[in-house]
Amino acid sequence: MTAALQLIVDALSVGSLYALSALGIGLIFGIMRLINFAHGEFIMVGAYAAMLTAAIWAPFAVIVAIAVALAVALLTERLAFRRLRASPPATLLITSFAVSYLLQNLMVLIEGARPQTVDFLSALTRSMDVGGVRLPWINVVTIAVTAVLLALLALFLRRTRFGRMTRAAASDFRMARLLGVRADRVIAIAFALSGLLAAAVAVLLLAQTGTVSPVMGLQLALVGFVATVIGGMGSLSGAVLGGLTVGVVTVLLQSLLPAELRPFRDAFVYGLVIAVLLVRPGGLFRSAAAMQERV
Amino acid sequence: MGLLHRHQTLLILAAIVLVAALVASVSPLVMERIVIDTLIKLVMVVGLSVFIGNSGVISFGHTGFMVIGAYAGAWLSMPPNVKQIFLRELPDWLIALQLPAVPSLLGGAALAAAVALVVGLPLMRLSGIAASIGTLSFLLICNIVYSHWTAISNGTGSLVGLPLFVDIPMAAGAALAAIAVAWAFQESSIGLRLRASREDEAAARASGIDVALLRLAAFCLSAAIVAVGGALQAHFLGTLTVGQFFIAITFLTLAMLVVGGTGSLSGAVVGTFAVAAASELLRLVEGDHDIAGVAITLPPGVRDVGLAAIMLAILLLRPKGITGGREIVLVSRPPRRLAPVLDMTSRERTE
Repeated sequence: MTAALQLIVDALSVGSLYALSALGIGLIFGIMRLINFAHGEFIMVGAYAAMLTAAIWAPFAVIVAIAVALAVALLTERLAFRRLRASPPATLLITSFAVSYLLQNLMVLIEGARPQTVDFLSALTRSMDVGGVRLPWINVVTIAVTAVLLALLALFLRRTRFGRMTRAAASDFRMARLLGVRADRVIAIAFALSGLLAAAVAVLLLAQTGTVSPVMGLQLALVGFVATVIGGMGSLSGAVLGGLTVGVVTVLLQSLLPAELRPFRDAFVYGLVIAVLLVRPGGLFRSAAAMQERV
Repeated sequence: MGLLHRHQTLLILAAIVLVAALVASVSPLVMERIVIDTLIKLVMVVGLSVFIGNSGVISFGHTGFMVIGAYAGAWLSMPPNVKQIFLRELPDWLIALQLPAVPSLLGGAALAAAVALVVGLPLMRLSGIAASIGTLSFLLICNIVYSHWTAISNGTGSLVGLPLFVDIPMAAGAALAAIAVAWAFQESSIGLRLRASREDEAAARASGIDVALLRLAAFCLSAAIVAVGGALQAHFLGTLTVGQFFIAITFLTLAMLVVGGTGSLSGAVVGTFAVAAASELLRLVEGDHDIAGVAITLPPGVRDVGLAAIMLAILLLRPKGITGGREIVLVSRPPRRLAPVLDMTSRERTE
């Protein structure tokens, strides 16, 4: 029982980070049909910003991380993606790959290629004792922060004018434009939200590991893509569920696979991704009809 | 329409490779190595273009075939006593076997093509972004398997002592062969039908084209060519690690293809030489400089930033690449009647 509870909390906390990453990617995908490789780098710059200001005051570092990730997200949209908005998805994909590589190597130029460690909210890595189960605070905080962020985002998307515009654009961009939704504004909002989510992941990850490196965003971006795809491309709740699913499956495989196969865990995860793509090309949480290409 | 006229692009591209090889053979060693490395990249990029150029599907997975080709080449080419040290767990007959250069390369290509057939069978049923993510998953799986399955790869440790058989004639020969094969495929009826599906998948299906099957053929062929590139790279450096073939080289080869223009074989050739030249110029810029008495140090990493910036600039200013998706020709002929139709669809898409 206690082992099961521990496993559930582990799975949920890993799944939370993945869900936040997937949502950041899914928001932009829904509107622009852009799979944003550079999302991992939004997370990475957020984490570096927090790392460099951590010594001053932790809450200040969090604010700086949010500001920097937001600024980088909006800048890449303005400088790179806006001009290519009408291009086919393949061109957008390659562009985001280039943006990702550029940001990564700019960081190598500025801060060097080596991973760096920092003492940031390390008190959170201590564990609390709940009825015989040792739960690291950071896992609980991760789950709580994710839940709050998702709730706020849902409120924003459902209750505000901007939110409704964003959802309309995500479900049918051309139709939304015809009805008077401004493309520039809605895309900027999506990138801002995406930057915000990236900053949240950056802060949580930094508190968890205390390490930053220029390539730290890769794993999360990769998981974010596959989560978006298996969740059903263009569906925001699908992206969140997809992220959670990948996290839960990863943690389950870690504990269920025989020891000699455990190093291959992620290979199994990606193998399952291919299987999902084949069996349900429209995603696990979406009807296949909705995926049909709009002509 | 003469045979010469029809295949003039092939001759021009071959001439470009031969000129590069000739220049290299009279150059100092450093330059020679740069040209050999570029010719190896050319093999990879031409392989990529066989699939991406003809099908229009972006694949991130071909780097996985480089890994497969490089390791299979190493299994075949390394002397048995070296294999005893690094690859003890290989089957005995494979340890005892030592093949010359070309059969080793072809062995790598054969294994990659076989793997491409198996993974392509399901993957090629996907289209667009789902296909790209599927191939990306394949690359990640390859990376994980070769990093942890020590019996076949010595794990994350490196293999050393690969025979260094890659010289200018070998690299140029491989590049020429890759270009010839890619051209023959492109001009074949399979290639033509596949490119029809690239322009309009729905219309191609409606005309009775089995898109998945044609993509599978291109996928296997391109996997084989890319694998030869991977094996050449390994036998050029003499050492082999899994990390050698991951995101960085995926980026570099895709950048070469996109900068040149994904739509044509000429694009692959032009892009490879253009990016390689830019990359070498940026390498010269890196390091210490003394400009008008002011010491300036440009740290390593400038080259990667510059490459990414060049690729972005090309994407923004000339999204179809340097060649614009056209083949290089000396003697042009009146535009085919197909051209305006294609133009209309592309205009509609960019709307």
